[in-house]
Amino acid sequence: MTERELIRPPLVLNQRTMGWISSYISSIVEERTPTWWWVAMGVTVPLTLMCLACLAYLVSTGVGVWGNNHPVGWAWDITNFVFWIGIGHAGTLISAILFLTRQKWRTSVNRAAEAMTLFAVVCAAIYPVFHIGRVWMVWFLAPVPNANAIWQNFRSPLMWDVFAVGSYFTVSVLFWYTGLIPDLATIRDRCTSKAKKCIYGVMALGWRGGNRQWRHYEAAYLILAGLSTPLVLSVHSVVSFDFATSVIPGWHTTIFPPYFVAGAIFGGFAMVLTLMIPACAIYKPLRDLVTTDHVDKMCKIILLTGSIVGYAYVMEVFTAWYSGNPYERAAFWYRAFGPYWWAYAAMILCNVLAPQLFWFKFFRTHLLWVWIIVQFPNVGMWFERFVIVATTLSRDFMPSAWGMFHPTWVDVCTFAGTFGLFTTLFLIFIRFLPMICMFEVKAVLPEADPHQGEAR
Amino acid sequence: MKTAGNTDAPVYGVAAEFSCARDLFHAAEKIRDAGYRRWDVFSPFPIHGMDAAMGMKRSLLGQIVFLGGLAGFLLAVALQFGPTSFLYPLIVGGKPTGLFTVPAFFPILFELTILFSAFTAVIGMLAMNGLPRLNHALFNWDRFKKVTEDKFFVAIESGDPKFSERSVHDFLESLGGTNITTIHGD
Repeated sequence: MTERELIRPPLVLNQRTMGWISSYISSIVEERTPTWWWVAMGVTVPLTLMCLACLAYLVSTGVGVWGNNHPVGWAWDITNFVFWIGIGHAGTLISAILFLTRQKWRTSVNRAAEAMTLFAVVCAAIYPVFHIGRVWMVWFLAPVPNANAIWQNFRSPLMWDVFAVGSYFTVSVLFWYTGLIPDLATIRDRCTSKAKKCIYGVMALGWRGGNRQWRHYEAAYLILAGLSTPLVLSVHSVVSFDFATSVIPGWHTTIFPPYFVAGAIFGGFAMVLTLMIPACAIYKPLRDLVTTDHVDKMCKIILLTGSIVGYAYVMEVFTAWYSGNPYERAAFWYRAFGPYWWAYAAMILCNVLAPQLFWFKFFRTHLLWVWIIVQFPNVGMWFERFVIVATTLSRDFMPSAWGMFHPTWVDVCTFAGTFGLFTTLFLIFIRFLPMICMFEVKAVLPEADPHQGEAR
Repeated sequence: MKTAGNTDAPVYGVAAEFSCARDLFHAAEKIRDAGYRRWDVFSPFPIHGMDAAMGMKRSLLGQIVFLGGLAGFLLAVALQFGPTSFLYPLIVGGKPTGLFTVPAFFPILFELTILFSAFTAVIGMLAMNGLPRLNHALFNWDRFKKVTEDKFFVAIESGDPKFSERSVHDFLESLGGTNITTIHGD
């Protein structure tokens, strides 16, 4: 093998300099608000308002405006909760796990992916909060002294969920903000108007970039990455405990935690690409930072996790058969061939079959194809949660307790509205904060090496 | 000699500019070897190996975070076992509530440990860095704005026992620094 073959592909193309990286990324924030941004907000803000209006209607009327009923007491609300929280996981995977494994290509996608995490968790949090019915009683979940002579049941998976999702959101905010500090300082040092200087100056916390600061900063970043890694794995495991610790056939399985985590990473990466490919199409020079090689790597992760998910589907069915338990067998029979067969078929098509196209380099390197293919996981992961939540409940032990779930217009509008909320928050993020982590990208340039050009 | 800031105010230190990470790295090694104590190098990104080049040990943050995590863990122990096992045993499905039922308490023990560790990491990092603050003498120097873009700086503070404006100026010049400037406070 010649030496040339051993050289890694460059992380930044076209020999972009440090100055260019700062100027270009900051210019996205500094320039006049582009027209496309207003047009996009014109679509997403009304959707967000629709979501809020539906929630107001739900609170003022009662949780019965959703289609949840016996026997499907958990329906779109929990499906959507698991869907959104799963999307968030890719952000933490990129920022924490790929950091610990020293995958330097993560630097140009981690900021946007972490932002996506936060916004997805915001959308997810809507559902558990509002599905409790009397939302003004939500503080009952917090272990604070009260006059009701009751205390939380800490052994309940629903309580674990509160702590897991709460900690996850808080730690993700801390991690994201810590990563933003040096870049906020860049914007502070560049801006010209007094008001902007003031706002970004306060947000940058007085960062100076001295090595005496960097060494604690790097330690903090490493520790946060080390903490976030088990945290992200725990969050979706805890979410899966909501199901796995019950006795419902089809839910009571030990495969759930790893299966949920793999599915979350799978769906999350699909959403990262769904957002990043249009962002790079709008801001074309970003293609030098988020290169085809980056997209190729993310597609490979989607292929890997999609295959793990496919393996889990097969193993679930095998375990149901091998258990010899007639209820367990029936649960899977009805998933695949019962009245909700179409949801199961959509799940298999989108999650197991569609990503197999990523075996071919052509589909991994042509961005339009990538964007089209990743829509399948986006849809498929919703169907997976629907299959797990609603299909299972609609067919449990007693045929007399069987029933179907019918979503109402409030279900549909609330869910559509969460996409509006998610996209609105992401648009605001692109507009006001640097969407690429500038200091980390500079650190992976060849000239960042203090021994560049010296003999080893 | 160039100056920045209010020249009537006390001197913060003498600073110099370097054009690349490599020059900064070698300058840091020489300043370390010259025996200065209160000085720092400034760069747009963390430079690999700079801690050793400055003669600094590993950050103590890890040990502090351990204490923070321990506090979170103990809080979770008290929060869960106190009420559930002793004060208000809530019997669900006839299940025992004693201390030996630890698996059911594990997720919250874990989550609070992580939560408190993360807060300690961020707050500890800011405290050790003397942040947040609204202003600093170095911000009086216009060229220093480039530190967050693509320029590299060294500053030797007036609090250093070996500091004298003249000698530090000449020393930084000998290291190849440019735009050597005396920085005053406000």
